[in-house]
Amino acid sequence: MPIPCSSCEKKLAVLKRPKTGHSLCKDCFFWAFEEETHQTITSAKLFHQGETVGIGASGGKDSTVLAHVLKVLNERYHYGLNLILLSVDEGITGYRDDSLETVKRNQQQYDLPLKIVSYEELYGWTMDQIVKKVGLKNNCTFCGVFRRQALDRGAMMLRVDKVCTGHNADDIAETVLMNFLRGDIARLRRCTAITTGSEGAIPRCKPLKYAYEKEIVLYAYFKKLDYFSTECVYSPNAYRGYARAFLKDLESIRPSAIMAVIHSGENLSVKEDVKMPVQGTCGRCGYISSQGLCKACVLLEGLNRGLPKLGIGKHHKLHSRLLRDQPLTEREEKKLKSVDF
Amino acid sequence: MCQVEEDYKDEALQRTAALSVGQKCMKCKEGCAVVVIRVGDAFCKSCFRDYFVHKFRAMLGKTRLIFPGEKVLLALSGGSTSSSMLCQVQEGLSREASKKLRFSPGIVHIDEGAVCGRSAEERQETLMQLEAIFQASGFPYHIVYLEEVFKLPNSILQSVSSSPTSHGQNYKEAVDDFLQKQREALIDVEQRLTVEDERNVTHSEQIEAKFDQLSTSTAVSEENSATILSETSPSGKWPFTLEQTEAVKELFSSVKTLTAKEELLQTLRHHLILHTARNKEYSKIMMGDSCTRLAVKLLTNISLGRGASLAVDTGFSDNRYGDIMILRPMREYSSKEIAFYNKLFEVPTVFTPALDTKASDKASIHRLTESFVNKLQTDFPSTVSTVYRTSEKLNTACSDINSGVEQTDKCLLCLCIMDTKVEEASAFQATLISEKLSCKQSPDQMPVNKVSEQSCCDNQAEEKGKCCSTNSGACHPPVSNTTTDFLTLLCYSCRLTVKDMVSLSLLPQYVLSEAERRKRRAQVREQIQEFLLPPEDESDENY
Ligand SMILES: [Zn+2]
Ligand SMILES: [Zn+2]
Ligand SMILES: [Zn+2]
Ligand SMILES: [Zn+2]
Ligand SMILES: [Zn+2]
Repeated sequence: MPIPCSSCEKKLAVLKRPKTGHSLCKDCFFWAFEEETHQTITSAKLFHQGETVGIGASGGKDSTVLAHVLKVLNERYHYGLNLILLSVDEGITGYRDDSLETVKRNQQQYDLPLKIVSYEELYGWTMDQIVKKVGLKNNCTFCGVFRRQALDRGAMMLRVDKVCTGHNADDIAETVLMNFLRGDIARLRRCTAITTGSEGAIPRCKPLKYAYEKEIVLYAYFKKLDYFSTECVYSPNAYRGYARAFLKDLESIRPSAIMAVIHSGENLSVKEDVKMPVQGTCGRCGYISSQGLCKACVLLEGLNRGLPKLGIGKHHKLHSRLLRDQPLTEREEKKLKSVDF
Repeated sequence: MCQVEEDYKDEALQRTAALSVGQKCMKCKEGCAVVVIRVGDAFCKSCFRDYFVHKFRAMLGKTRLIFPGEKVLLALSGGSTSSSMLCQVQEGLSREASKKLRFSPGIVHIDEGAVCGRSAEERQETLMQLEAIFQASGFPYHIVYLEEVFKLPNSILQSVSSSPTSHGQNYKEAVDDFLQKQREALIDVEQRLTVEDERNVTHSEQIEAKFDQLSTSTAVSEENSATILSETSPSGKWPFTLEQTEAVKELFSSVKTLTAKEELLQTLRHHLILHTARNKEYSKIMMGDSCTRLAVKLLTNISLGRGASLAVDTGFSDNRYGDIMILRPMREYSSKEIAFYNKLFEVPTVFTPALDTKASDKASIHRLTESFVNKLQTDFPSTVSTVYRTSEKLNTACSDINSGVEQTDKCLLCLCIMDTKVEEASAFQATLISEKLSCKQSPDQMPVNKVSEQSCCDNQAEEKGKCCSTNSGACHPPVSNTTTDFLTLLCYSCRLTVKDMVSLSLLPQYVLSEAERRKRRAQVREQIQEFLLPPEDESDENY
């Protein structure tokens, strides 16, 4: 039975909004989705006229939709932003090729400049070279740490004012649940912020924070956007996997639960006397770090000194000497050299 | 290629060891261990009992919230945790003087049989079993029926500024006061105290000891005889009509989701318990929530959008009502410990079917969360304690600022501080915008600049293809102004509950008329707005 669009009441509805349950026609859905993103951007004052904004582009659906919507809104509402696509090439043979191809096509379709920064430029090592050094068993530590910093380092290199990522409502809700399950109060408090890293580091923001993942897929589908659908999802750590499955179940029982979880996260108030880790910055690269050296710099130091185990496990005592480029003792070196393959 | 996103140490993911055969008790090193609480903590029967009993006393002792001689209402469902709580109170009152609890307990049980698909006979049967337990305790008890929500007064939805007797006075003063009054009555006290002094006990121990000797037996026996409520005894006539049973059934069947039914039932249950406490002059209510239960509740409430009230909903003390405080003294016991204790010491429990007894795991958010936490707990035994510790770090700010808060700043149904007056960039505003944008709007509204607090669509997922709950397709005019107005009196989470209801008119009268009263008051406030000086100090007002 055809249902009329609940917004224009003229055309026939082609979809039922996962977020609200309304039946909408294609155009009204596009309009609603874009306006909601616009509302998020303006109410949270994410951008200022004339800024250069890097869009973290992975070739996946979230960042593809983000790039498209930002381009549309920048023109519709005269944000006056200088948008660029920002991609990271880890240097893993055969892995990023397809997604980078997608990003390159996006560049042409949207007529946005694209900058690809490689691990080699950022760290002096490709992931393939790292794997050769540390073995497959330990590379997870490296790819996790390096990946987290890559976008920020790339942004600093390109001197953009802001970076935005395609994180959606599902991602945020999942993170709230996971941090709650893990008892990670510090992350719990930070994870619902729409903008992070204001001091020193380049601010990162999430314009799709309130967009449901399912609506992002619908938007991309009806707009026939070109994206790389087998986007690399990091194998989730134990708790994230549980949190994700739980959130999907919640959504199936009550679709508004995703927003409810975010609302909860935004309104948690943490006792004042609960100790929070002090957020300092890395003495070498300036990235936020609770230690003297950030994790990436420690890993790099290890690679460069030929002591790959340096970044695996805790060696905080060594940081001050590493920072001053002082040598380690023979015993310390011996311990850090051997790597199990 | 495998990827890790965050370098979390999954320290929480360790498994516990099981009890090995012939293991000795870790405390007395003699008894045979019968119970393993945590890794390495194996207890014999008698040490387990000591541990269990001590934990209850320590909880009350360190929080120092129950004043001497205070009337405390124990909310008992008949389930394992609340039954175990009753047992601990009895135990505490029967102790020798120096370890005796010194408050005066009563029992309340809410019979929810009407909405749990039970016949009058079945309800009577269960109540007989419960009464036997209550009578055996020797405490006064009150059985209240869900049907009685239709008799509740408006005032149940108004929180009262804290009375000086429960807050103004500090614990020690109260104990000393109490002692002073008793001093004339009991003469041999001084002698005993000299003995205490010689033993070189500390000052606070002295007070405790003094008090315990004094209070012996006064409260309990006196209460016993009088206050058993004959009017609510199941052996007599039901204190409600058949029409009221039908009305409460109709109310619940008008709620479209089990999730919302659970929330509504909990809200009404709280109102009934509160009413009983006020009526029978209890100043504290004890709820039997175990640590396991609270972990489930925490995660459930996050999923229901109750983040702002998390600490009040699950903390040891909950002062949302102002005059009567809710306490959760069982919150440090795991359900496993409780089950062991009840089994080892033959604590009687009564099974009462709940709303969701026959429901599947995915029938409601409550059910889903419960099975999720239980599964996770089986795989990773530290799950519950981790979640519990997380909640300990949350602020109970909401509970401490009763005075000076307008009634309108509190949710009509759950009486928690409103969490809907939030900044523009928020999940709450984003939801309002989404609803607004999905409905027909006049051309001048595009683009939307600011969304006012009215949504035209009150129903989500379950409306098949319709946007509004009543007239198909049409979004304007809004469903009804009454619904929209009503929603503005509720917190984020209670709004979601009410949105799952077909009609407001089935709600008990006290809810509807208090809503009316608040609306009128808001209107008056608007009229006199320009004469009000900020910041307003309304702490003296008491409506
Ligand atoms: Zn339309
Ligand atoms: Zn990896
Ligand atoms: Zn660094
Ligand atoms: Zn023992
Ligand atoms: Zn509420």
